[in-house]
This record gives sequence, structure tokens and C-alpha cells, in this order.
Amino acid sequence: MINLALSVGSTQTPESVLFYVLAPLSVLAALGMLIVKKAVHSALLLAWVMISLAIFYIAQDALFLGIVQIVVYTGAVMMLFLFILMLVGVDSADSLIENIKGQRAIAITAAIGISGLLLSLIGRATMINDTIGLAAANREGNVKGLAEQLFTKYVWAFEVVSALLITAALGAMVLAHSQRAKSKFVQRDLSIARFRKDSLAEAAGLPGSGVYALHNAVDVPALLPTGKPAPTSISAVLEARGDMIDSKGFEMKPEKEDE
Amino acid sequence: MSIANYLYLSAILFTIGAIGVVVRRNAIVVFMCIELMLNAANLAFVTFARINGNLQGQVVAFFTMVVAACEVVVGLAIIVTIYRSRRSASVDDASLLKR
Repeated sequence: MINLALSVGSTQTPESVLFYVLAPLSVLAALGMLIVKKAVHSALLLAWVMISLAIFYIAQDALFLGIVQIVVYTGAVMMLFLFILMLVGVDSADSLIENIKGQRAIAITAAIGISGLLLSLIGRATMINDTIGLAAANREGNVKGLAEQLFTKYVWAFEVVSALLITAALGAMVLAHSQRAKSKFVQRDLSIARFRKDSLAEAAGLPGSGVYALHNAVDVPALLPTGKPAPTSISAVLEARGDMIDSKGFEMKPEKEDE
Repeated sequence: MSIANYLYLSAILFTIGAIGVVVRRNAIVVFMCIELMLNAANLAFVTFARINGNLQGQVVAFFTMVVAACEVVVGLAIIVTIYRSRRSASVDDASLLKR
């Protein structure tokens, strides 16, 4: 028959204090992930959940996994998530309108069902023995124990996983690669374009900006021999922005011939 | 405190991740919820390793982490590709087969 008591042993007081402080916080953060609108906030909350899980791993004698959790998950994977968020647009807030009617209600009902099932399953499960603990398995250190398992019993799985990693990296490169629609406009094309213009007036390059005794800057147009400012001598951006200085003031006045 | 509490926590986190996958629309948030589910499963593996007194659960959790990293890399590349062609990261907008 069903044995209601799950007798898997209990923990020391410091660990239970740690659990009762961190577990509600991580559940709250996970719930917050669902509620917050912005994806960046979700990412930060997930990072918090992952760090608290890493602390739980370390508390449960899985030192190596705890460190890997921090380095790989909160370091690399969350970094990747944030990177993609920056590419896709940080302020793309989620629309909260339901496309399928009643989807959210159904989802929450189903979730309560699943969690009820899982929790009651754990509550009713019977372990054949009390908690053994990892003191014996970690006798020569957690890393050494894991390495022994990885390189003897699970060496085939380890090799297959390495092939999977390489394949994933190649796949990501293939997916992220995009071919140029047009060939790049290089210096050769620029040179050809300059000589194929209607006039050869600018074939030797555009005139430089004005150089005067009192003012020497890129925002002053040069003067043509006719006395008019040359419009091509300054950047079109400066002109559009209105940052152009009138060159009339720097024009050389004919000297008075009274001396 | 019973060690089974870790298993309860793992079940709760898994369920929250499952809700997120169904409810949220932003493909990146959906992905993060999948990561949450994988992490919850890892917590259960580590707890069972402790209960059974051997390191096999930890080895499986280690493999889960590697597979999750691969999944994130490929998945995010797919999201970027879809974003490039459709200018949207919402899972509802990729509905070309529907029409």
C-alpha cells in the first residue's frame, strides 16, 4: 500500500535555515519571471534563481556542479541571453493580449494540476533506504569523484556530448551567417564612380574647407575665385544641421592704399 | 528539514517554467523558462545523488548542463534568424504556415 511518510533523512540546522531563506526567494523570483513585462527583468530574475540553485548544489555536496552552475549558467548562458536581447531590442515589451481565448486560464489550471501531481507523487513516494549522503563518494574530493565517473563509466556519453557541442557551435554559425545581397562598395568602385560622373570637376577630389587667418576649421566653407563659398567644401551633414559658419567674415578685404 | 523539500522546490520551479513556456509570447522569455525547467530537473538530480549516496546523479546533471548550453546556442541563433527576416521576436508572429 501507499506509504505516506517519505523517510529520506533530514538535514542539519544551518542547511535548513539556508533552504527556508533561499527557497521562497527563488520561487518568488521564478514567479516574477512570468509576471514582469520586460525581457531584461526576466533575465535578471532568472539569474537570481540560478545563483540560489548553485548555492543549493554546494550545500548538497555538489561543489563542482555549483561552481559550474555559476560560471556556465549565470555567466555564459545568461550573458548570451542578454546579448541576444540587445540585438533583438531591449524595450520590446511583451504584449499581454491573449491570442487564444482562455489560454492563460487553461495554462494555470493545467499547471496547478501538474504541480499537484508532482508534489503528491514526491509526498507519497517511498525510498528504500535512508539518505546515504555523499561523504563516502566525495572521500577524495567531489571533482575527483566526478572525474572518475566521467572518464570511466560515462566516457562514451562524454565523447558524444563533445560532438554535440561542436555540432551546435557549427549550427549556430551557419544559422547566424547571412550572405550579402550586394557586393561591398570598395575603393576601386569609388574610383570608377568618380570618373564616370557628368563632369570631371571633382575627379581629383572635393575641395578642402576654408583656411583663413582668423578661422581654420571644417565648418567654414572655402571661397571660390569668384568670392562665393564653395558648397562642396564642407560636409553635407554640417550644412543640414546648420553648424556651418558663414565665410563672408573671413574674406580678405582690399587694403586701403593710403600709406 | 527533510531532504525531500529540495524535491518539492524542484517540482514547483519546474511547474513555473512550464507555465512560462505556455503563457509568455517573447521567444527569448520562453527560452529562459525552458532553462528554468532544466535547472529544476538538475536540482532533483543532485538531490537524488545525495539520497542514493553516489555521484551518478551529479554526472547526469552535468550532462544536462552541457546539452542545455547547446540548446541555448542553437535556439538563440534561430531566434536571431527569425528576427532578421520578420523583425519580431514574438512567437505569435511566426505563423506563416497557418495562412
